[in-house]
Amino acid sequence: MAVIEAEHLWKIFGGDPDRARTLARDEGLSKAKVKEETGSVIAVNNASFDVKAQEIFVVMGLSGSGKSTLLRCVNRLIEPTFGSVQVDGEEVTTYDEDELRQLRRTKMSMVFQNFGLFPHRSVLGNVEYGLEVSGMDESKRQEKARRTLDLVGLEGYEDSNPGELSGGMQQRVGLARALVDDPEILLMDEAFSALDPLIREEMQNELLDLQDQWDPACTILFITHDLDEALKMGDRIAIMKDGWIAQIGTPTEILMNPADDYVESFVQNVDRTKVIPVRTVMREPRGDEADHLSETDASVSPHTSIAEVLPMVLQADGPVAVRDSGEVLQGVVSREDVMEEVTRNASNVSKTREATRQAKAMEAA
Amino acid sequence: MELDLGGWFALLIQWLKANLGAFFDGVTTVIGTTTSALEDVLLFLPGWAMVLVFTALAWWVATRGVALFTFFGMGLLTDLQFTLFGTEFVIGMGYWDITMQTLSLIVTASLFSLLVGIPVGIWAAKSDAVDKTVRPILDFMQTMPPFVYLIPAVVLFGLGTVPGVIATFIFATPPCVRLTNLGIRQVSEEAIEAAQSFGSTPTQMLVKVEFPMALPTILAGVNQTVLLALSMVVIAALIGSSGLGQPVVEGLTQLRIAKGFEGGLGIVILAIFLDRVTQAAGEKAGASTAQTR
Ligand SMILES: Nc1ncnc2c1ncn2[C@@H]1O[C@H](COP(=O)(O)OP(=O)(O)OP(=O)(O)O)[C@@H](O)[C@H]1O
Ligand SMILES: [Mg+2]
Repeated sequence: MAVIEAEHLWKIFGGDPDRARTLARDEGLSKAKVKEETGSVIAVNNASFDVKAQEIFVVMGLSGSGKSTLLRCVNRLIEPTFGSVQVDGEEVTTYDEDELRQLRRTKMSMVFQNFGLFPHRSVLGNVEYGLEVSGMDESKRQEKARRTLDLVGLEGYEDSNPGELSGGMQQRVGLARALVDDPEILLMDEAFSALDPLIREEMQNELLDLQDQWDPACTILFITHDLDEALKMGDRIAIMKDGWIAQIGTPTEILMNPADDYVESFVQNVDRTKVIPVRTVMREPRGDEADHLSETDASVSPHTSIAEVLPMVLQADGPVAVRDSGEVLQGVVSREDVMEEVTRNASNVSKTREATRQAKAMEAA
Repeated sequence: MELDLGGWFALLIQWLKANLGAFFDGVTTVIGTTTSALEDVLLFLPGWAMVLVFTALAWWVATRGVALFTFFGMGLLTDLQFTLFGTEFVIGMGYWDITMQTLSLIVTASLFSLLVGIPVGIWAAKSDAVDKTVRPILDFMQTMPPFVYLIPAVVLFGLGTVPGVIATFIFATPPCVRLTNLGIRQVSEEAIEAAQSFGSTPTQMLVKVEFPMALPTILAGVNQTVLLALSMVVIAALIGSSGLGQPVVEGLTQLRIAKGFEGGLGIVILAIFLDRVTQAAGEKAGASTAQTR
């Protein structure tokens, strides 16, 4: 079931929104042309998507493509100009102030690119903020905040000032603050973009692990401008350009069948095996495979890339177990499945190389 | 024929006096009571004891250097003298009472400035329309020479300390409004969004996020308000407010250099004390609000 459902969503800043929409939708004018004609900036252009329960839905696009605006239309930090957003089947664009506050307090939380922490509050004070404004009493909310801090690996930092922490740790605080009231939906706006590559990868893995462990898992709407991150995190990915959604699909679909030249240009140089996680090629164990697995200890996380498991499956006698961080068996991955992906990637890369060469030759002529 | 703008203004003041007399009497009572109550408190202990109190305050809020300055500077203003081995030692210039009168005038005026200035500043930060309306009024209050509004102040409130407080209030309020406005507007967009995204009510947002994050800037405004208030002391003395302004005015009218100098020195000592202490208080608040990132 769809947890978030957006239909024909528009956000138009300034000018005459009605006219801007007509020009863009019916006469096909570009974002730049519309701005020239009407002075309106079309930040989100007729976006429709749905986010299923417990999936990680990634919105990817270049700077200025409207990702942040799209995300903020969901919790109405920005008011959509036209269109509908439904959360659990309820229209939120018509919510009044009280209903909206209730939605934000109970159902969704947000994590920010530059953390958005409150510098005048301790780490604990930051984490308990959401519970505090919804009126939970102090001992109870501090207890909950402490538990959430433990969860993100920040035990012992309760009384620190957020400014004293490293970027990665600050974002853990941001994450804990968002998770403290067990939200159904997590909105993450480039939450890891400001972090160093190593820390970023660590946080990505931890979020994926956390999401595996939760029951029921959070539904995550995740914004990024980084394709690698999108492919790693996303169950499905929406690619945005100039405010509209160019394609929605699983990482494999996006890589194998780019909907247009724009998406193609994004993905053409990607080494699929390095970004496609094992979970997309794993399958249920067949026959007595499951019994056989328990004898061998070797297992991989569902989030490791195919390139990383390649040596392992080549050495193993049979399929390799895929287990989540709780050591629960998720599926198996066999040598054949992995090899198929690898060869598909090789042909894909050589195909795009060929295309590029031809294009260059034509340019030269 | 010339336009008699001044005449109309005079008429307006007369009309105010005639019709809103009760109101102005009320204001006079409130301000007069506050000032004299404060004066009583400040003069309750003997001068030397208060010097120790101020020194301790300076030490606690600011630095040892400020405390040292306070000890000697304030000591200079007391009327302390004693005889030891037949020699008479004079420690102070004997201005303690009027120093405390000045302090109570400044504190009263600043208090009302903050009471009005901070809410107006917050309101202006929340609404561009209010901001646009308030700005020219503030400019007017700051650039109009104080002597000009002394006249209606005297007409409406009589001579003495009260019109002095009113004139000081008018002159000292603008920085408090401006810096409160600035401080609230400067709170980072992400922090605001974060507070909103967790379902804060507007009041929760103001009390739990905006005001505390703006506090260092607001306290800088408080510092400026206090100093501007102090700069009005001499002018207030012209309309009969008692305090350190009096020796300066007397010195001027009677061409007594010594007296004028002593009064001026007293004002400077008080100014440095108030500046350092309020500034240090602001920095303390700032340190606990150190920016993230
Ligand atoms: N308040 C606003 N007023 C006018 N235009 C705006 C406003 N906010 C955003 N825009 C415009 O809307 C478009 C989308 O902005 P948005 O911030 O959503 O992009 P983004 O994809 O998040 O980019 P980035 O990667 O830089 O964060 C941009 O062209 C931007 O200039
Ligand atoms: Mg953005």
